Amino acid sequence: MKVFEKTKMLTDAHMHYCPGCTHGIVHRLVAESIEELGLQEKCIGIAPVGCAVFAYDYFNCDMQEAAHGRAPAVATGIKRCHPDSTVFVYQGDGDLASIGMAETVHAAARGENITIIFINNSIYGMTGGQMAPTTLIGQKATTCQSGRDPKVNGYPIRVCELLATLDAPYYIERVSTHDVKHVLAAKKAIKKALKFQSEGRGYTFIEVLVSCPTNWHMRPVEALRFMGEECTKTFPLGVYRDKSEGKE
Amino acid sequence: MSKILLHGTEAICEGAIRNGCRAFFGYPITPQNEVPEYMSVKMPQIGGTFVQAESEVAAINMVYGAAGSGVRAMTSSSSPGVSLKQEGISYIACARIPCVVVNIMRAGPGLGGILPAQGDYFQATKGGGHGDYHLIVLAPCSVQEACDLTYRAFDLSDRYRVPAMILADGMIGQLMEPVELPPMRSLSEIPEKPWATSGHYGKDRRVLNSLIIKPEELEPHVNELQRTYDEIYANERLAAEYKTEDAEIVLTAYGTVARIVKSAVNELRKQGIKAGCIRPITLYPFPDNVFARCAEREETKAFLSVELSLGQMVEDVRLAVNGKKPVYFYGRTGGNVPDESEIVRAAKDALEKAVKA
Ligand SMILES: Cc1ncc(C[n+]2csc(CCOP(=O)(O)OP(=O)(O)O)c2C)c(N)n1
Ligand code: SF4
Ligand SMILES: [Mg+2]
Repeated sequence: MKVFEKTKMLTDAHMHYCPGCTHGIVHRLVAESIEELGLQEKCIGIAPVGCAVFAYDYFNCDMQEAAHGRAPAVATGIKRCHPDSTVFVYQGDGDLASIGMAETVHAAARGENITIIFINNSIYGMTGGQMAPTTLIGQKATTCQSGRDPKVNGYPIRVCELLATLDAPYYIERVSTHDVKHVLAAKKAIKKALKFQSEGRGYTFIEVLVSCPTNWHMRPVEALRFMGEECTKTFPLGVYRDKSEGKE
Repeated sequence: MSKILLHGTEAICEGAIRNGCRAFFGYPITPQNEVPEYMSVKMPQIGGTFVQAESEVAAINMVYGAAGSGVRAMTSSSSPGVSLKQEGISYIACARIPCVVVNIMRAGPGLGGILPAQGDYFQATKGGGHGDYHLIVLAPCSVQEACDLTYRAFDLSDRYRVPAMILADGMIGQLMEPVELPPMRSLSEIPEKPWATSGHYGKDRRVLNSLIIKPEELEPHVNELQRTYDEIYANERLAAEYKTEDAEIVLTAYGTVARIVKSAVNELRKQGIKAGCIRPITLYPFPDNVFARCAEREETKAFLSVELSLGQMVEDVRLAVNGKKPVYFYGRTGGNVPDESEIVRAAKDALEKAVKA
């Protein structure tokens, strides 16, 4: 009896993520959702600059690798020329909420019919643990070694809440990957977003809380606990916009 | 075919549209606002895409996406905005995505002024962004050429998978001249792009990327780019010559400045001085062969490069002339344009210096 089969939307390439990193889980959720919705034949993904830069090796569809933070603009260019395709963007928090904030906000404000998967691990993973725009107050990073001090470093940015001030977005939700229950909920949200896109409903944005045990200097299990207990306090999970349910 | 009156900016748009451009992304900046304005009207009428981007950074990345997915795409800006595009252009060059970037140059550096200039020659021809790469750079001197060179830029860019730039000065935007427009090309005539990420799955999937992390892979990639530039150099150098056959003083200028230089050549001839002019049409590849040929001639005493800069193209002229004859420079900046009499005087000075030397 077959109990599990890897989705064909992922290639057989060996993923480079650190042990305990939940980037890989989110890849699987996105890939499974695309396959289950039958969208794989006309799908174009955009990889960010960050730990997920090699996403173009993992997703089994056409991929473009964007410059740091520019993925929503790249996605706009593709989707406007191929309105019938499924365009998904995968970005980290430094990529999306720092260097690429303008591209993020304006793609949302234009209501581009794309799906953005926002990986919030509250750190710059790839460059070795510097402070991100989402680093929690008090959280240590290599550029705020005694912990993020709001007097010096300001406050973390809540992107879902920020984008929910705009009129155009169709669906915005924040989910987490700290336990099985939440992973399943994350899958549901991602699938819903991609389905909305395929129906031409407009801009969809899923923020996924992800762990970075390496740069948080925690063991994987400890990192999951930190995510569930601490990250969700600053970044409350939930639906911030769902026009299909009349939630404006 | 009959001619119609068009502004330079409109001619650029028509050249693009008639050769299959179906995606335009821009951001307002003087003196090129007429380009995005024209495209915002035209693109929807022909089934194309127009987006006013949030910045030049976003606009060039929209080009990356659109052109990468196989559509002929263009963006336009002026100097400060083109500086912002350089990051994207470098990625586009590395990922080998054909597209056209228009720079209607204004006076710099910094925010500078809004009047015509040619201070972006180095940026356009020597790379502009980071890393080893080049663009194909074309410099129109008339409204007709603005149309024709933009049309051609799309074919060149597709053929070599190297981004192309139309490097025009602000005067092109202000000129209104009769133009014979090329016929509208059917999209089905444009060669297929088997590498484009237009939506493929599994073994057919394509990847556009500029991250080549292994040195043993990046070096061959960069070498392959260089081989393409060598091929472009061999095939595509282009310049217009005017009365150079017997010229003692060979003036050179590109873009609209070349028109003033041409009338200065006529005036010099009227005064009994044998003058001629070389007008580079491709700035990259630089038509060094034409200069080298003139430099070999017994009659040629000196060259004079006339530019709206402090002396940029003159460096390529010196490389091409290779010390065989003296090369002089006359330039204006700040948005000032030299008149015929200034150029005549500069040419006489240059010739005198050369003869004395
Ligand atoms: C223009 C530019 N600036 C800086 C960098 C260096 N850089 C690479 S990844 C990165 C941060 C990535 O962090 P994030 O987006 O949070 O992704 P993560 O690695 O955490 O998944 C930075 C700053 C770059 N590649 N390009
Ligand atoms: S550095 Fe952090 S985000 Fe990057 S792969 Fe490792 S654990 Fe994951
Ligand atoms: Mg991060």
